[in-house]
Amino acid sequence: MSSIVFVESAEGKVKKTSLEAVAYAHAMGGSVTAIALGSVDSSELESIGKYGATKVLHASDSKLNQGIAKAYASVLIQAMSQENADTLVLAGSSLGTPVAALVSVQLKASLATNVVELPSTSAGFVVKRSIYTGKAFSYVELTTAKKVIAIKKNAAELKEVGASVSVTPFQPTLNDADFNAKIISTEKATGEILLPEAEIVVSGGRGMKGPENWGLIEDLAKALHAATGCSKPVSDLGWRPHHEHVGQTGIKVAPQLYIAVGISGAIQHLAGVNSSKYIVVINKDPDAPFFKAADYGIVGDAFEVLPKLTAAINAAK
Amino acid sequence: MKILVCITHVPDTTSKINFTDNNTKFDSTGVQFIIGPYDDYALARAIELKETSGATVTVINVGLAETEPTIRKALAIGADDAIRVNSEPTDSFFVASQIAEHAKGFDLILMGRESIDYNSGVVHSLVGEMLGLPSFSPVMKLEIEGTTVKMSREIEGGKELLEASLPLVAGCQEPIAEWKIPNMRGIMSARTKPLKVVEPIGIESNVKAQKFQLPAAKGAIKMISADNVGELVSLLKNEAKVL
Ligand SMILES: Cc1cc2nc3c(=O)[nH]c(=O)nc-3n(C[C@H](O)[C@H](O)[C@H](O)COP(=O)(O)OP(=O)(O)OC[C@H]3O[C@@H](n4cnc5c(N)ncnc54)[C@H](O)[C@@H]3O)c2cc1C
Ligand SMILES: Nc1ncnc2c1ncn2[C@@H]1O[C@H](COP(=O)(O)O)[C@@H](O)[C@H]1O
Repeated sequence: MSSIVFVESAEGKVKKTSLEAVAYAHAMGGSVTAIALGSVDSSELESIGKYGATKVLHASDSKLNQGIAKAYASVLIQAMSQENADTLVLAGSSLGTPVAALVSVQLKASLATNVVELPSTSAGFVVKRSIYTGKAFSYVELTTAKKVIAIKKNAAELKEVGASVSVTPFQPTLNDADFNAKIISTEKATGEILLPEAEIVVSGGRGMKGPENWGLIEDLAKALHAATGCSKPVSDLGWRPHHEHVGQTGIKVAPQLYIAVGISGAIQHLAGVNSSKYIVVINKDPDAPFFKAADYGIVGDAFEVLPKLTAAINAAK
Repeated sequence: MKILVCITHVPDTTSKINFTDNNTKFDSTGVQFIIGPYDDYALARAIELKETSGATVTVINVGLAETEPTIRKALAIGADDAIRVNSEPTDSFFVASQIAEHAKGFDLILMGRESIDYNSGVVHSLVGEMLGLPSFSPVMKLEIEGTTVKMSREIEGGKELLEASLPLVAGCQEPIAEWKIPNMRGIMSARTKPLKVVEPIGIESNVKAQKFQLPAAKGAIKMISADNVGELVSLLKNEAKVL
């Protein structure tokens, strides 16, 4: 097996989820070549080697600074062909997932997205996927030699297994027709911890009463270096932006720790948080359904508990 | 303008998921089926475009006869006609190949950002690529001006505004449109709207589902007094080791 790993970056930095994809490919065995597109800090690229890439390619053409899935897919196909790679591994995302799909069609490769674990290869090549919005898993066999695997956060353990490697420039042929959309503008929270990638998430629900009270959520998030999230009614009411809405119809998170404050725990909300390692629930109603899905719970008024908890976290540092 | 909307027939979002036959089959006992919530947004946007610019709306589903009530619901909401590809939707590649077979000639192909059973999030990209059309997802806003489509797409931590040309494929999510509820007239007329059943084209899938599994049950919750938040901090630190 020989893998290419598509490495995504944001603000010049390699995304942690992409490093997990490198670790995943390394753990699968065979040679691992990582490739980054557009402008990325070179020190960031070199350090990809630590997670198991033996080679790092960089297609730095400024045309690739905008993530157009079709153009990216075409670059990855060229890289796979140059490196004789049979498998593409990447982290599922708003760019990675479509890129995976486009590559799979062109290469007639078998495709699996939402993969949560390393494959088992004792009888065929079998991956475990998350389905029914985290309520179940399915084991699927990928039957072709060419494979495209899009992993979910935490599918592979991130550990240093090697040393930095030097970066090899990669100059693909860029076809104008592949730039099939014009990105007019991007609005993106900068410098913040992004919800889909966060290790700790503090989320507020309708129990927070109004947007003016979100300072309490933000203070706790800041103390924990956490991202902030919310329930659907909170974003529907315009208290918080849509990209913070967690659940069945919003972002699915998979942090180490999810803290839910003033959220009742409707099944559609739980669908977005059931991949969290630990869940803390703070709710004034002892019968709130969320307690049934939690590891730790506090029955109490958010407006009293939150300031105390933030202070206790800061004191424990 | 001709719009194709791809809809799934999926367990209602409150369903408990169970499997039978040694974890190889979905257990539909007591499960209510609905139009996939994201597909419902796609359908709602299509109906809005029909109302404002006179488009025709066709819905398509890859599924066995049991999905027909769900397809009729889409007709009741306002779609003009429907196609059911008579086959179990085994995997995304298979489903996309079937849809691509019937999607030629449409100006706009709308889907949900993902199905809530398979959760692949790729059928729109696959269909687009099979037909040589651009595809975008998850799209939160979609306006058509001539042959230009202006979209807003959700990205990690924000959104991106983009433009592309018809024909194209879009995977939809809120707030692209408000879900529509069928009215009595819609329900009556849906009974007689054309629903064409076609057999699937023969293609070989390159992924094979083997078995299903439910997640391990959560352990018992530990309750902490609201007057002793310090205890929570020490549990998170020393027991869960997440701080
Ligand atoms: C198809 C579909 C999809 C959906 N998708 C999603 C989704 O993706 N995400 C999502 O979140 N929801 C989703 N929903 C909505 C979901 O069913 C619930 O309505 C929603 O999650 C409830 O939000 P909430 O917990 O913030 O509000 P509520 O249910 O109103 O709960 C508020 C909670 O705050 C507590 N509270 C009140 N005051 C305080 C206080 N002072 N201190 C502490 N606690 C307090 C209350 O006890 C209560 O438990 C979906 C629904 C449908 C039908
Ligand atoms: N069996 C199916 N029949 C019709 N459309 C489907 C089917 N499966 C998926 N789709 C469409 O493809 C979208 C993405 O599905 P998925 O790639 O499975 O997450 C869905 O929201 C639907 O619009």
